[in-house]
Amino acid sequence: MKPMEYEAVIGLEVHAELKTATKIFCSCSTQFGAPPNTQCCPICMGYPGALPRWNRRAVELAVRAGLALQCTVAPYSRMDRKHYFYPDLPKAFQISQEMHPLCREGKVTFSVGEQTHTVGIERIHVEEDAGKLLHTDQKTLVDYNRSGVPLIEIVSKPMIHSGEEAAAYLRALRAVLVRCDVSDCKMQEGSMRCDVNISLRPRGSASFGTRVEIKNLNSFSFTEKAIRYEIQRQTALLERGEKINTETRRFDEATGTTVLMRVKESAEDYHFLPEPNLPAIRIRQRDIDAIRATLPELPREHAARLREGYALSAEEAAFLVLEPAVADYFEDVAGKTRFPKLAYHLLVGELLPKCGDPFSSPVAAHRLAELTDLLGDGILNRATAKKLLLRLLNADFSPAEIVERESLGQISSEELLRPIVLQVLQGNPRAVQDYRNGKKAALQALQGRVMAATAGRADPILSERLLLEALAGGGVLNV
Amino acid sequence: MTEWKQKTIAEHTLALERGEYSSLELTHAYLARIREQEPLVHAFLLVDEEGALRLATESDERRREGKLRSPLDGIPFAVKDNFCTAGLRTSCASRLLEAFVPTYDAAVVERLKQAGAIPLGKLNMDEFAMGSANEYSAFGAASNPCATDHVPGGSSGGSAAAVAAGEVPFSLGSDTGGSIRQPAAFCGVVGLKPTYGAVSRYGLVEFASSLDCVGLVTHTAADCATLFSVLLGRDERDGSSVAFAGSREDSFGTPLRVAVVKEFLESDAVSPAVKRATEDAVRALTAMGAQIQTVSLPSPQQALATYCVLSAVEASSNLARFDGIRYGASVGETETLSALYSQNRGGYLGREVIARILFGTCLLSRGNRERYLVRAEHFRSQIRRALLDILASCDLILTPTAPTTAYRKGAKLTPLQRREADLCAVYANLAGLPALSLPMGRDEEGLPVGIQLMGAPFSEFSLLKVAQCLEERRSL
Repeated sequence: MKPMEYEAVIGLEVHAELKTATKIFCSCSTQFGAPPNTQCCPICMGYPGALPRWNRRAVELAVRAGLALQCTVAPYSRMDRKHYFYPDLPKAFQISQEMHPLCREGKVTFSVGEQTHTVGIERIHVEEDAGKLLHTDQKTLVDYNRSGVPLIEIVSKPMIHSGEEAAAYLRALRAVLVRCDVSDCKMQEGSMRCDVNISLRPRGSASFGTRVEIKNLNSFSFTEKAIRYEIQRQTALLERGEKINTETRRFDEATGTTVLMRVKESAEDYHFLPEPNLPAIRIRQRDIDAIRATLPELPREHAARLREGYALSAEEAAFLVLEPAVADYFEDVAGKTRFPKLAYHLLVGELLPKCGDPFSSPVAAHRLAELTDLLGDGILNRATAKKLLLRLLNADFSPAEIVERESLGQISSEELLRPIVLQVLQGNPRAVQDYRNGKKAALQALQGRVMAATAGRADPILSERLLLEALAGGGVLNV
Repeated sequence: MTEWKQKTIAEHTLALERGEYSSLELTHAYLARIREQEPLVHAFLLVDEEGALRLATESDERRREGKLRSPLDGIPFAVKDNFCTAGLRTSCASRLLEAFVPTYDAAVVERLKQAGAIPLGKLNMDEFAMGSANEYSAFGAASNPCATDHVPGGSSGGSAAAVAAGEVPFSLGSDTGGSIRQPAAFCGVVGLKPTYGAVSRYGLVEFASSLDCVGLVTHTAADCATLFSVLLGRDERDGSSVAFAGSREDSFGTPLRVAVVKEFLESDAVSPAVKRATEDAVRALTAMGAQIQTVSLPSPQQALATYCVLSAVEASSNLARFDGIRYGASVGETETLSALYSQNRGGYLGREVIARILFGTCLLSRGNRERYLVRAEHFRSQIRRALLDILASCDLILTPTAPTTAYRKGAKLTPLQRREADLCAVYANLAGLPALSLPMGRDEEGLPVGIQLMGAPFSEFSLLKVAQCLEERRSL
């Protein structure tokens, strides 16, 4: 009998910090990285009598996120208290939205390989972040700087089926939030975090299996790995006829596995209570329209424009818009060169790996454009272009002038190159012999010698042709 | 010339103006009065002599320079110990906050200081404002200055007792379900619970946020109006606070239309003396030309139940933060985190507070939520609608403040009697309406009786005007 095939059903809950200068219910700074407990006040530390008050900007940004993700924004929404005891939660409740979330029914579209996926968004709600626990050998300390930082929680529908899709969904979601200036989405700083809900069911079945939650994933690749591992783990359990427990797990980076945190006896009860201290959020259609009017071009639209305008493939364009700053930089360069496709390769192949995160190019767009033109016109070969690009990382200069001054131009004239080719052949009888004995790789070695002899300036296509001609035994050569 | 302990804000303002005494002298006099009365009354949990004398000196300087800030400049007062006071312990009469010193002033404390008034200290109360006799204070019960073997009422027992004992000419308390009006009635002073949102709650330690109001205690309705005009107004630190949308003048028409509640005049829970006082008030109002009509309120039992559910639920949520981790008493290191929580909360909170937290937590749990909270919210809006309907055709609703006068300390009340203490008061909290308690005669034992006037949102000044007329008639 064929073994049962299982299908994973995955929903993601993404928390993204909203890009406000101050916290959601007080005027403390949200700046990351300050010394512990230097950005907190009676309000965000839950002191007696201290009341929360709205930061309008947080609501505006949340609406902005909702609109960018094609959600419906609720004309009425309100905050609820979600109760649980933990030292990082100073009031012992989190002010969040349970009954009346701000946004509903949106979607994220993304590609995995050739295939386009659309994953529905169930809801987006606004809430405050908790503090952070710092564990030392003997003690656990709490830092409340993060307490009260505004968050949105974006809950996807359970429409994701693999780790790869989950990672692609997250990347696309991040691109939209970053593009709209709603969030920095710096996973390493915790300003974007992801919880995974995953269950398995026999392929084709319409019901859902037992759900396991994986908490607090802080990178796309960890999310992907955690899901891949969890699918294996659950499949193995099911194949042995064992039952899956409703439980919460975490991803262990060192082993690449998920580890049990706690088993949920029954669904947790957060004793939700409408927040009495904050007025409900009422949003008029014209406020929604006003916010919508300020939305920038979204990543998918941008990708379409890049594809058409600069003859990029769908995959290339999709790759660029994942990082809005990269896409903008590319567009800047592409507009200044006659060879946008070449610019794409220089940017993605050579420059990007040298740039940090968040992306900010050390090479001015017009310099990269100039370099691209030199390459495209055949004045530089690729190797020299690469070298110049590396130099541009540290200093600003005109590539054209340097090429002139340092005679870096590509040697593309037959007259100039042929004697060099002949010299190389004469100097390397062994490689020539190897080639003639059928060892085609020897050609590469000879090509390398030509490059070495020209300080990398030889036109690689021309030099290969000249080498082949000579090796074909045009009589010129006598070995 | 009124007796010292009856001295009003208005009299002091005038005397200060005339230079009969300075604010420093006045403050000294009240501090002396406190020293003399405290062994009997125990209205204070903390007296800040040094701070008070310093501020009084500053007020006198302002007076000399002609830079007075308000009619309250130089006048001493005190606040219930659930208002945060920068640098002064704010205990809520709880062991858990016995050593808690806030770094910030409650909005109303700040306003009064800005107005130049002189804070003398912090007043006794039921722990976290839960109680109606001041007997749940972790630091000893306060007594009723009218008969010190009687309770002053609660939870703002200290606030009413301090004014009645002449320890301060006015005080602040809080009112979640009658906590300012019932003690005012028991002690024979004026107590006002304003419209919900009219006065900022910032810095008032929360009990049940949607019901809590800052309360005012004074000797007279006129003083209360003076004080209220300093306190009212929107404060951006309190999201539920609103700009005062009412008139500062008497906006009730002529003749005054007064609604009398049938249920309270017929209820067995209301004592004969209290019924008599209410009828006296009706007669006085009639004599003043008012039109009286009898109305029916939505079931008092339902209103009480709604109040019990909502206040317990919000209390369980608001008091969850008291874990001893960031502030407040703590047992120190424990084996587990949950032991830390249960030992701090179980060890330092009083029985009544714990009982209400447990009750509220139970009501909020899954399943119960829909059965109780959702229905209570529904009743609450029904009650509000019913009251607003009555107030659409009447200027005010007249009821007793409390069903009885002050009872003896240590009296064994049944749970029902305890709950019924709030019978007439909770409507105003549930509906967010302003209501005041006004002394109206005495019972056979000579204890004060209070009557309550309740009006439409923002009708405080008109209610106080009516109260003033009743005071004038009473003193004839």
